[in-house]
This record gives sequence, structure tokens and C-alpha cells, in this order.
Amino acid sequence: MQEAVNQQQVLDSAEIRKDFPILERSVQGKPLVYLDNAATTQKPRSVIDAEAEYYLKHNANVHRGIHTLAEEATEAYECTRDRIASWIGGVAREEVIFTRGTTEAINLVAHSWGGANIGKGDRIVLTQMEHHANLVPWIQLAKKNGAELAYLPIDGEGRLDLSSMDSIITPNTKLVAITQMSNVLGTINPAAEVAARAHSVGAVVLADGAQSAPHMPVDVKVLGVDFFAFSGHKMLGPTGVGALWGRRELLEAMEPWQTGGEMILLVKWDRATWAELPHKFEAGTPNIAGVAAWSKAFDYLDRFGMDAVRSHEVEWTRYTMNRLLGLGFVNIFGPKDVEERGSAISFEVEGVHPHDLAQFLDSRGVAVRAGHHCAQPLTKLLGQTSTTRASGYLYNTTAESDRLAEALLEAKKYFG
Amino acid sequence: MHNHDHQLDEMYRDIILDHYRSPRGRKDVADPTVVNEGMNPSCGDEIEMKVRLKGDTVEELGVHCAGCAISVASGSMLSEIAEGRTISELKVIAAAVKGMLTTGEVPEEIELDELSDIEVLEGVRQFPVRIKCALLAWVTLVEGLERYEKGGSGENASTTEDANPTVIV
Ligand SMILES: Cc1ncc(COP(=O)(O)O)c(C=O)c1O
Repeated sequence: MQEAVNQQQVLDSAEIRKDFPILERSVQGKPLVYLDNAATTQKPRSVIDAEAEYYLKHNANVHRGIHTLAEEATEAYECTRDRIASWIGGVAREEVIFTRGTTEAINLVAHSWGGANIGKGDRIVLTQMEHHANLVPWIQLAKKNGAELAYLPIDGEGRLDLSSMDSIITPNTKLVAITQMSNVLGTINPAAEVAARAHSVGAVVLADGAQSAPHMPVDVKVLGVDFFAFSGHKMLGPTGVGALWGRRELLEAMEPWQTGGEMILLVKWDRATWAELPHKFEAGTPNIAGVAAWSKAFDYLDRFGMDAVRSHEVEWTRYTMNRLLGLGFVNIFGPKDVEERGSAISFEVEGVHPHDLAQFLDSRGVAVRAGHHCAQPLTKLLGQTSTTRASGYLYNTTAESDRLAEALLEAKKYFG
Repeated sequence: MHNHDHQLDEMYRDIILDHYRSPRGRKDVADPTVVNEGMNPSCGDEIEMKVRLKGDTVEELGVHCAGCAISVASGSMLSEIAEGRTISELKVIAAAVKGMLTTGEVPEEIELDELSDIEVLEGVRQFPVRIKCALLAWVTLVEGLERYEKGGSGENASTTEDANPTVIV
């Protein structure tokens, strides 16, 4: 415990907050308590400035001009690719493909790899806690190609129940797609264990890293997955940028998903050939400013290191969960043990509907999310029509958790 | 800050919270003519409505709503004024409620203040994302009735159990 307390001081959240201009604003006349980080995080000044600076000084299209601005723009864009390649465990830069975000990255795999490799009678295995982004593309593919879907179940605490894994990941399984960290339950999944079983039947594995990449160290090689998808905006970066990492052999064998400019080698009147990786998968003009600014988000996180970010969140989550449970009327979904979970805390308050709760909290300056969090089947499985979620990040303090708890107490009185 | 607390209290009027805590019309309807379910996918509100018509008049109406205070209260208030009214009267009232919540304009011939507590829903207009919570019950009723009218004759002819639920977006 003593050690944990020391670790918490690894990050000085009060100091960190000064780098985030938006955290100075007030909402409904009260200092903003921003606890909707699982939806999107706030941006440090360095990221905001970098996006502006790109337009102020370097704006040009990438990979196509022989002039100074175009070279600078291309360098900024490609520099972020290098940053990502080393950040997720030292992969080859050609294996990193820019997308609009996690959703587009998963759709790319579903259309390109899935469309060609998953057919009639094949099986796609997901978990019961997938975000719609890692659910709907596979439902559509299964429908189109006549494949079947199967789900790894969760236990009473929202952890994956792997006891029946061997009978679910069957020899006809071609793909296993699993979130590394749940955006609803917070659960950190044993992705490596699932990947090992999947590989033993010859299946390919995709990990949804939308929630894990921002909050814990990630090494795709240690995870042993084949594809990894994540978003910039959930890790201090701009909206509209994300990345897909894929193993080179798979990416090379895949047909492009979108076609057009930037992704071709030669075009004749009746045919075209494709550029090398990664450009084969980057048709059209990308979000250059966003990608350039994203690198500043990695710089920012690297100032502390992801181990420190994770330690901070473990302590923040422990404190916040204890505070909420201490109120006596809050029921938290997901693992009780903070070592098994991230900082997304979904809960219910007896007698108060999540929408009313979020509305009331907003009047107290506290921003949380209410709804199904893009996981309708999971929400139903929890016996709810919606839940309330508070989710923290490196700039959140325990004082803010107190503000949340106090506002919940008020809300309970107001509606109760 | 005061201003917003005031707005919040304008939406969550005591009458609304009272309907939320003890919803009226939460009953089962024997031999219903119209059954419709409504949902608000963005927040998860779900409503089930059963109506027994006699001719074109609502003889009995039951509402079961699992949702936020606004959607529950709105359904509860609807149940208070529906019985004894005709389909066309209810459609006019539903349109008036929609007008009150969206444009703020209510047709002159409608006196919402005479319709039980419905007028207090007006405070919801300050909170655009909540308007559909207040409308859910009304849209569900009207769509159910319209399906019945299109379905033509006979009891249960337009029971919508197999149809898609009314989805408010
Ligand atoms: C687990 C998970 N997967 C996928 C997504 C989709 O990410 P994006 O909307 O950035 O594409 C999200 C976030 O909304 C998420 O939490």
C-alpha cells in the first residue's frame, strides 16, 4: 500500500493539468471535472499548437510535391509513423497504416482481409464486451460471406471467462477479434492467452486497442496479435486520426480497401497496380495536420512513460471506486480488482436513471457519459438499458473524484 | 451557476419528479387493440403501450416505461389524459406537445394547461438532447394508432408485437 501511494506521486496531476487549457474552463459556473476520457481525451497545448503550426507554416499535400512545404509536410506525417512503430513495440514502419481511427482500422481489416479469407461455414470469434466498432463490421461480414459468429462470455465481474475458450475457438475459426481493454467494464483482457489459442487453430487475431493504447504500455509482439487498431483522440491526440498495425505478410497479401490517389504504382486505362506498404492502404489525402500533431501526444505521454500513467490510473481508479462504493447506493460493473481493469468505471445509482444522473452531474460541472457506450448487447447483458460511466486519465485528481461523489450524493437526494 | 440550477429545476419540476416516482397508468390492459413499443436507442429508454379502443375512442390505456425521469413522467401524463379521447383528438394533442417542446408554438385551439400536468414538460425545451425523452410516449402512441388505422378492421388487427418498435431519433 505504501508503495502504491508513492507510485501515485510519480505523476503530479496538478502540474500536468496546467498543460491542458480546457481544464481551466468552468461549466455551469463550476470548475470543469472532465471524466469522459474513454469517449475522448483533452489535448495538451503542445498538440493544439502543433496542429495550428502545421497550417501556419508547413501546409502542403504529402508525397506529391517537389517543393519545400511538401517535403516538410511529408516529413511531419512520416515522422509520426516512426513514432507509432516504436511506441507499440518496435515494429516496422511499413506495417503502420494511418486511418481515421479505430473504427476505420477495423473496417479495413474486415473488408480487405476478412472479405478474402472468411467464407461460408467459417467462424469469427468475438467477446461479449466488444464496442460496436469491433462488432458490427464482423456481423456484416458474417452475413455477407455466410460465416458464423461466436462470443467468448464474461463472468459476473465482467471478466472474460476462458473456461470454454477451447470449445468456442474451433478449428473452423478464421478470426478472433478482442478488445484489449473494455470501454464499459474497464476489464483488461488476457489477449495474449486468447491469441495463443487462436493461433493454435490457425486463426488470425485482431486486438482493439482503442482503450488500452492510451492507458497502458503496449507491445504488439508480446501480445502476439496480428492486427492492432487504435485512435489518436483517446490518447491526447487530435480527432480523425488513428492507426492500424498489421503483420507484414498479411498486409502484403491483402487487397486495398479504398482506392484512388496516393495508393497506386501504375495506372493504365483498364488496370492499376498498388503502391508498396503502407501507402497501398492510404488512399486519398489524409488528415496530415492531425497526424503531425499526434506525434506531440506521444511526446507528452513519453515524458512520464506509460508505466507511470498506468500506475497513476490504478491509484485513481482504486480511490474513485472506493469513494463511489462508500456512498452505499452505487453499484459498479466490471472487475473489483483495480489491477484487472482500467479507469473506465461504469455504474448504476439505485433509483436514478443514467440520463438524469448525467444531467444533474453536468449542472455541478462534472462531465460523465450516460448511455450504452456503443455496446448495446453488453449493456443488455448487464441487465441495463444504459449505464453511467466516469473515466479518468493522467490529469484527473482524487479531488475530482470527491466532486463526483458529492454530486452523486446530491443527485440521489434530488431524484430519490 | 444559479441560472443553470434554475434551468435544471425548471425541467425537473416537482410534478415531473412525482410522476417519475409514482407513474400513473402503469397497468395491464385486457384485450388490447393496439400494442406498440417505443425506444430511444441513444439513452436506452423503453416504453410499452397497450390501448383498447372502442370504436375510435380510447377505452383503456396502459404504459410501462423504463427510462429517465422525463420519459417516465411524460408517459405517465399521457396516460392521465388519453382515456375517453378519440384517435384524432389524441393526435392533435400529441402534435401540440411536440410543438411546445420544439418550436415553442402550440396550435391555438389546444389549451395544454387544461390537460392535466402536461404543460410542465415545457421546461425540457431548454435541454435539446432531452426533448426526445419527453416525446417518446407521444410518438409511440401516435405510431401505434396510425398502424392500427392502416391495418383496418378487427380487434388486434394492428397489434404491433411483430412489427419493428417505434424508434425515436
Ligand atoms: C473499445 C473501443 N473500440 C473502438 C472504439 C472506436 O473508436 P473511434 O470512434 O475512435 O473509431 C472505441 C471508442 O469509441 C472504443 O472504446
